[in-house]
Amino acid sequence: MDKKTVLIVNNLIREYGSLRAVDDISFAVKNGEIVGLLGPNGAGKTTIIDMILGVLEPTSGTVEILGYDIKRQRSKAMEKVNFAAVYSHVPGNITVRQNLTIFGLLYGVKNLTKRIDSLLVEFDLREFASKKVGLLSSGEQTRVNLAKSVINLPNLFLLDEPTASLDPSTARLIREKMRSYVQKINAGILWTSHNMHEVEEVCDRVLFLSRGSILLEGNPKTLPQEHNKKDLEELFITIAREPLSLRLE
Amino acid sequence: MNLRRIYAVFLRQLFLLRHNWTRFSAIFVWITIDILLWGFITKYLNVISHSGFNFIPMLLGAILLWDFLVRVQQGIILALLEDVWAQNFLNYFASPLTIGEYISGLILTSIVTTIVGFGFIIIIAGILFGYNIFSLGLYLALFLFVLFIFGLALGILTSGIVLRLGPSAEWIAWPIPAIISPLAGIFYPLSTLPHSLQFIAKCLPPAYVFEGMRQVLSLKILSPSYLLAGVGLSIIYLLFAYIFFNYIYRVVIRTGRITRFSAESTS
Repeated sequence: MDKKTVLIVNNLIREYGSLRAVDDISFAVKNGEIVGLLGPNGAGKTTIIDMILGVLEPTSGTVEILGYDIKRQRSKAMEKVNFAAVYSHVPGNITVRQNLTIFGLLYGVKNLTKRIDSLLVEFDLREFASKKVGLLSSGEQTRVNLAKSVINLPNLFLLDEPTASLDPSTARLIREKMRSYVQKINAGILWTSHNMHEVEEVCDRVLFLSRGSILLEGNPKTLPQEHNKKDLEELFITIAREPLSLRLE
Repeated sequence: MNLRRIYAVFLRQLFLLRHNWTRFSAIFVWITIDILLWGFITKYLNVISHSGFNFIPMLLGAILLWDFLVRVQQGIILALLEDVWAQNFLNYFASPLTIGEYISGLILTSIVTTIVGFGFIIIIAGILFGYNIFSLGLYLALFLFVLFIFGLALGILTSGIVLRLGPSAEWIAWPIPAIISPLAGIFYPLSTLPHSLQFIAKCLPPAYVFEGMRQVLSLKILSPSYLLAGVGLSIIYLLFAYIFFNYIYRVVIRTGRITRFSAESTS
């Protein structure tokens, strides 16, 4: 395995009965790289993320994280991975600090109290430290989830629409924070989003999915022009509505 | 097994118990009601029987031991249900936590809640009815060991059922001890049961505990065969429950149920 590659996905297939939700997908994410996983609803983005996290078994294919095969060494691999998803929240019935303590222990974080204190400052959560997460606004809860997702300084982040419930100002702050994390700890990020401006701003490379397959791959800043589209949003809409037209190109 | 991760699972339950009196009181309330009910029944039986036979150690002792088993089983299933209700499975199982560590965390939770709950009802039984369960001597430790192991097995088994069938299967967890209780010979010798049911009863570790308890109370000895059968069977049940839970975990990962747990199905 190339030393600079944190994630290798090889010929990944996931079938639900006769439906092939993920169809023979291969890609890699390198250190310091933010890769956008784009596609319309139902394209297979979350299914791919679930398989990388080891919470869904592929029908066939392999996932390697820092050289660990997720099927055989899931626990070891997950020490270096973390995730935040719009559909997954830390338990709302315990406080922010308690949640961070539990996840810090689960991810084997050293000097945990110090790490939690720094995360509370970094994600502007100090005043909520002793508040139950379920009592916070959705934006504040998202910040807690993001704080949890970086608690172990992972080499690979999986972010499934991480800014979906944030106001534009907080979303921008989070984007900047994640970019600076990538630079600081040289991590790789797999980022899904339906906000094409966000994708253009943060991603170094994008993979466009349609019906479980990768349809296009490239630099989000140049990809639209390469396919005679005004911008990434127009390209996205084309993929969602007429994927065949791009397949034929 | 990573002890820090086991502690994390336990610590979450501790946080939940520490800050919520309704959760904390659940450890005591039902088993205390049980002790009060059976305590007064045994007192009444002592009065009306005129036989001079003391029902208190036989019946109240039995219900104390039975409640110990129920407390162990519910300690596990309640801890698992907290993660069901908080939709926490994805957070847990997408972390380095292994299924063995998760179960160990649930067991640790159950041990602590059982010690607290059982300790409380021992005191209640002593103060209100003058019953000292420690009069069973060293045999008590053996009885508790068998019931603890079997309680864990029941808790893990019912947790596996909930994990497989989803949140709607929560109700299955509650009546399982009650379903077993008529066959466990809690209040009567196994010879009271019809022959066909006696065979089933002999497959249940608690039956050996309660037969053994009656033997200790009347003859002051315990047949080694009761002891061996109870210990051996309870360990077999625990191994089976662990294998079952592991199998169910693999199924829910394979089918993707763990990521769609609240939907209770993947199709």
